[in-house]
Amino acid sequence: MVAARETVERIARTGVDQYRYGFETLIESDKAPKGLSEDTVRFISAKKSEPGWLLEWRLQAYRCWLTMTEPTWARVHYPNIDYQDIYYYAAPKPKKPLSSIDEIDPEILKTYEKLGIPLREVAILEGVEPAPGGEPSANRKIAIDAVFDSVSVATTFKAELKKAGVIFMPISEAIREYPDLVQKYLGTVVPVSDNFFARLNSAVFSDGSFVYVPPGVRCPMELSTYFRINERNTGQFERTLIIADKGSHVSYLEGCTAPQRDENQLHAAVVELVALDDAEIKYSTVQNWYPGNSEGKGGIYNFVTKRGDCRGKHSKISWTQVETGSAITWKYPSCILRGDNSRGEFYSIAISNGFQQVDSGTKMFHLGKNTSSRVISKGIAAGKSRNTYRGLVSANRNAVGARNHTVCDSLLIGDKCGAHTVPYVEAKNSSATFEHEATTSKISEDVLFYCIQRGMSQEEAVSLVVNGFIKEVLQKLPMEFAVEAQKLISISLEGSVG
Amino acid sequence: MPLLEVRNLHVCVEGREILHGLDLTVNAGKVHAIMGPNGSGKSTLSHVITGKPGYQITAGRLLFKGEDLLAMRPDQRAAKGLFLAFQYPVEIPGVTTMNFLRTALNAQRKARGQSGYSTPHFLKKARTAAKQLNIPQSMLKRGVNVGFSGGEKKRNEILQMALFEPDLCILDEIDSGLDIDALRIVADGINAMRSPDRSMIMITHYQRLLNYVVPDVVHVMSKGRVVKSGDKQLALELEASGYAQFEDAA
Ligand SMILES: Nc1ncnc2c1ncn2[C@@H]1O[C@H](COP(=O)(O)OP(=O)(O)OP(=O)(O)O)[C@@H](O)[C@H]1O
Ligand SMILES: [Mg+2]
Repeated sequence: MVAARETVERIARTGVDQYRYGFETLIESDKAPKGLSEDTVRFISAKKSEPGWLLEWRLQAYRCWLTMTEPTWARVHYPNIDYQDIYYYAAPKPKKPLSSIDEIDPEILKTYEKLGIPLREVAILEGVEPAPGGEPSANRKIAIDAVFDSVSVATTFKAELKKAGVIFMPISEAIREYPDLVQKYLGTVVPVSDNFFARLNSAVFSDGSFVYVPPGVRCPMELSTYFRINERNTGQFERTLIIADKGSHVSYLEGCTAPQRDENQLHAAVVELVALDDAEIKYSTVQNWYPGNSEGKGGIYNFVTKRGDCRGKHSKISWTQVETGSAITWKYPSCILRGDNSRGEFYSIAISNGFQQVDSGTKMFHLGKNTSSRVISKGIAAGKSRNTYRGLVSANRNAVGARNHTVCDSLLIGDKCGAHTVPYVEAKNSSATFEHEATTSKISEDVLFYCIQRGMSQEEAVSLVVNGFIKEVLQKLPMEFAVEAQKLISISLEGSVG
Repeated sequence: MPLLEVRNLHVCVEGREILHGLDLTVNAGKVHAIMGPNGSGKSTLSHVITGKPGYQITAGRLLFKGEDLLAMRPDQRAAKGLFLAFQYPVEIPGVTTMNFLRTALNAQRKARGQSGYSTPHFLKKARTAAKQLNIPQSMLKRGVNVGFSGGEKKRNEILQMALFEPDLCILDEIDSGLDIDALRIVADGINAMRSPDRSMIMITHYQRLLNYVVPDVVHVMSKGRVVKSGDKQLALELEASGYAQFEDAA
């Protein structure tokens, strides 16, 4: 056990303190007064010059939220959140309206450069064409929407996407430019009366991404959003809405980071996906919010509602997530398999270290005939962390021939961490076939020594074994993000690597 | 200077002494065989030399190329040229054999201040070595030892030895579980690596391996000590009369 003990100690010492994205950006910001009331909701709506229906919708959500208390069923523990001690809106103060990337506050651009997000290289704000010779190479195209605190600061490749008919823009802009489209779909997957955190989000969401892919269109590039929390005491409440119209296809990736702070910060996002007939949405997340320090101080509370609606027949929604950050993760990306023959997938890698607590999983609701779903969850717990998989699979009376296959594996590093699996299965018709496999294993001393005897350092050995463990899921990520995720995993487990 | 020098080695596992003052000297270019009854401490010795955690060395010295092994981490010992073919090779799911070999080899090279092999160069080297051991290419794409037969696992150990080109190879029961053809292939692999600079310690229960790989020195281990050393004749005597004659000496 000596090697494992050393690994654990080293991880405990260095792991979570190695957070590389913990810098803060000094910019002036425009904030709503602290606290939450109808006035806050009105302030946000007014700031964004929103139409009346949206203000009403927000107020309805706010009133729903007031009637509810925070959920406590998850296997996570944290002190009470004072919802009146949070800023619900913070925007970097623009000096004048932006028309090109060069007009974005250089401090913000620097931030994204530090994060490795190539806004400058690939960026084209609306209508601004790249300089001659500055055309980015075609095989590396990723359109990026960057959300800084609560507002979107840049969307790249917008013009090129427009040519394909794809709408990809901050949701606040979509509300102005495509109000009918937004109104038609917003809240149809996660209604204002949904869970506590979703209600909160509906009341105060400030920005996020909006995607619409028209019928038959295969989105010509990966779409990507980077979320960054910068302001102190600020909650981040993004709202993402993606609609894949009939026969269309889109792949979307979100990445998240936050500065290192002693106090906890609340992140309560909502993501709604709608796939119509024969459409496919692939949604990938690399979540690396600040996890707190080695004593468990600080870090992001990540209470997120993500749900996809396979509304049309033969539609498909696939969630892939790599979760390495946050002090607390409370997150269950789900699929409503409404259309006949629709398919839902959930591939997850959740790594917890230090004092992190993860309660995550998925829900697959089989409503249509011959719907199928597949779940692969890989949980890795190190340090003193807690890692719970919570998954629901249900088939209603009409879901004839529903099929689910769930594989849920946990890997423990050291003996102070814990992993739990909580599966819920509800089959209301006898033709449903649900299979569940679960394993929990420890990273074995003998396996580590085998690698180390071959010349690998302890870090390399742990990293190799972990990468083997999660390989199946890693392969589901778009190529370049798989590489990024692999690096991130090494960092979050070993600290010294990278 | 001997390649390996073990002096008066005392080792405890979980409070129980397993090696009770063991001495062993291996000179460069020599092949040694260690034989001895089950539980006499042969694998323990191989683990202590290579630095497996969990053993307390309560007395004695371990020198490799004149340097104190106990001051080196196990990965540093590997980079210095120590290799152990395990009695029970482990499985590593999801990590292809190719990836494993490359990660290990490049880690060793880096530790020695050498540059890492490029992918094509490495692939060529690995494929050639695999071919000599009759290991199909498809096996290199599978998870390390995952679903390998006993004999395949042993051949995979020899493949690693061939790639890493260590100076001291400890082979713990490399012959167990091998059929007659596989034994010959493995023995050929070992013989091909014999050189004036490279030494081997073969731990075995059977004379049969020693017919193929003829040792320079044979040791008998009993109850945590080397109780007798001789030439290849000693192995033949053991085969005829068993270990009983050495029990008292131990
Ligand atoms: N981790 C351990 N905990 C307790 N006892 C151990 C441990 N490792 C080895 N031993 C004991 O030490 C003694 C020597 O074991 P070792 O594996 O070195 O024998 P061996 O000579 O290799 O035997 P074999 O020929 O069966 O492989 C045995 O009695 C064994 O039970
Ligand atoms: Mg043994």
